[in-house]
Amino acid sequence: MGTMIEIRGLSKHFGSLKAVDNASFSVGRGEVLGFLGPNGAGKSTTMKMIAGFVTPTDGKISVCGHDVASEPVAAKSRIGYLPEGAPAYSDMTPRSFFEFVGEIRGFSRAERDRRIAEVVRRVHLESVVHQPIETLSKGFKRRVGLAQAILHDPDVLILDEPNDGLDPNQKHEVRSLIREMAPEKAIVLSTHILGEVEAVCTRAIIIDKGRVVFDGTPTELEAKAPSSVEKNRLDWVFRSLTSTEAPIGDSHRTPQPTQASAEETQQEKETANTGGGEL
Amino acid sequence: MKHVLTIFKRELSGYFLTPVAYIFIVFFLLLINTLTFWYGGLYENQQADLASFFNWMPILFILFMPAISMRLWAEERKTGTIELLMTLPVTIGQAVTGKFLAAWAFAAIAIALTFPLWITIAYLGDPDHGVIFSGYVGSFLMAGAFIAIGSAVSALTKNQVVAFIITAFFGLVFFLIGFPPSIDAMQTWMPDFLIDTMASLSFYTHFDGLSRGLVEARAAAFFGSLIIFSLFLNALFLDAKKAE
Repeated sequence: MGTMIEIRGLSKHFGSLKAVDNASFSVGRGEVLGFLGPNGAGKSTTMKMIAGFVTPTDGKISVCGHDVASEPVAAKSRIGYLPEGAPAYSDMTPRSFFEFVGEIRGFSRAERDRRIAEVVRRVHLESVVHQPIETLSKGFKRRVGLAQAILHDPDVLILDEPNDGLDPNQKHEVRSLIREMAPEKAIVLSTHILGEVEAVCTRAIIIDKGRVVFDGTPTELEAKAPSSVEKNRLDWVFRSLTSTEAPIGDSHRTPQPTQASAEETQQEKETANTGGGEL
Repeated sequence: MKHVLTIFKRELSGYFLTPVAYIFIVFFLLLINTLTFWYGGLYENQQADLASFFNWMPILFILFMPAISMRLWAEERKTGTIELLMTLPVTIGQAVTGKFLAAWAFAAIAIALTFPLWITIAYLGDPDHGVIFSGYVGSFLMAGAFIAIGSAVSALTKNQVVAFIITAFFGLVFFLIGFPPSIDAMQTWMPDFLIDTMASLSFYTHFDGLSRGLVEARAAAFFGSLIIFSLFLNALFLDAKKAE
């Protein structure tokens, strides 16, 4: 299993806040790594650093052997990245947006058009390719972002909350897509839905206050719960591993955030069951 | 170079995807023609030249050029697309250059659409076409300087209105430090060497020469180096705080 992403001693400080604190891990081909953690734990910051958008305070990131700091263009050409919130040029149509991205990725016109046709089919955008992106629903926008990320069939996929805002059917499709692509790629995805990890990930990392507090398979994660816990075992482990007090700069969290996340997971499981029957 | 062209094309077509470009061009032409005829006295001067037209150019630019440049980076920040652009395999230099050239090309289109005035004056009299051409070259270079400054300012904020106001302020300052009436006012209390230094940095000074048909290498070098310096700052600003 070749190592595709190699991270050593990665830190990012915003003033006195340590958003990411000395994180080290690597991701190999064929792995789907789920990034978990409370809001503000440093998931997005870590992904932004791998994608080359945020400059680390300290540490090294290499993608397919290319150092992100010293060879940014080489590293970026190997990565497909879906940023949080799936930003896209809202005046453009998905078609013209993909043409732009395809041109930047260096494809000839024919190759670009072939790839666009393929991703449009894979994420089911056929009905909206000629509509301005700003007029699309949240689910379509997310899939436009996903299509943009996989257009060049990258070795490394970084997906920040790929399933946020999708309905259960769409979630099911995105999960199938991720599983389908998984064997030839290294995929990192973040989520705050624990059920997602069981559904698609081969490995989970839990980050809390910028630190990696767990790194293992979803089965190992679940096994950390005592046998007396019968329902929502992952939630139990998540709660025990992560802090409940609000981190700096995140005053909106309630004193019992884990209660909320437990409910969310429960809901998630239910919707997934109605949606596709898998999980 | 290919990446610069790709970004240039996307950005330029972006101007025309919304009504903003058309509104901009219509109002720019309306205003410049009105000012040239009514307040510039194009007919009354009884001169076959476009002096009254080019006199208004810098003043209109203070208002209009920031409107072109304000969106360049502020909008990318606001909508989050900056994260997309900066994680595509392009360098900051390529992105800055492509976007700047697109905004400059848009300004060039607006300026070029004033051509009926040139035709009118050629029909009415026998103007010195070299002088008019030089005036257009000056307008184009000055527009580039305005937009390069505006692009750098736009990289610092996610608010287009803030970018507009700050850029317009810079434009006004660069205009006034060489504008004869304001020089007269400053001469009463400022040492001459300071006034000369400031005037040599003014858009007005360099544009004035070009609009009189003096194709000065110095003026071209001034606008050119101002553009390069501003774009360099633009790239630095982006690199330092692209994610903020």
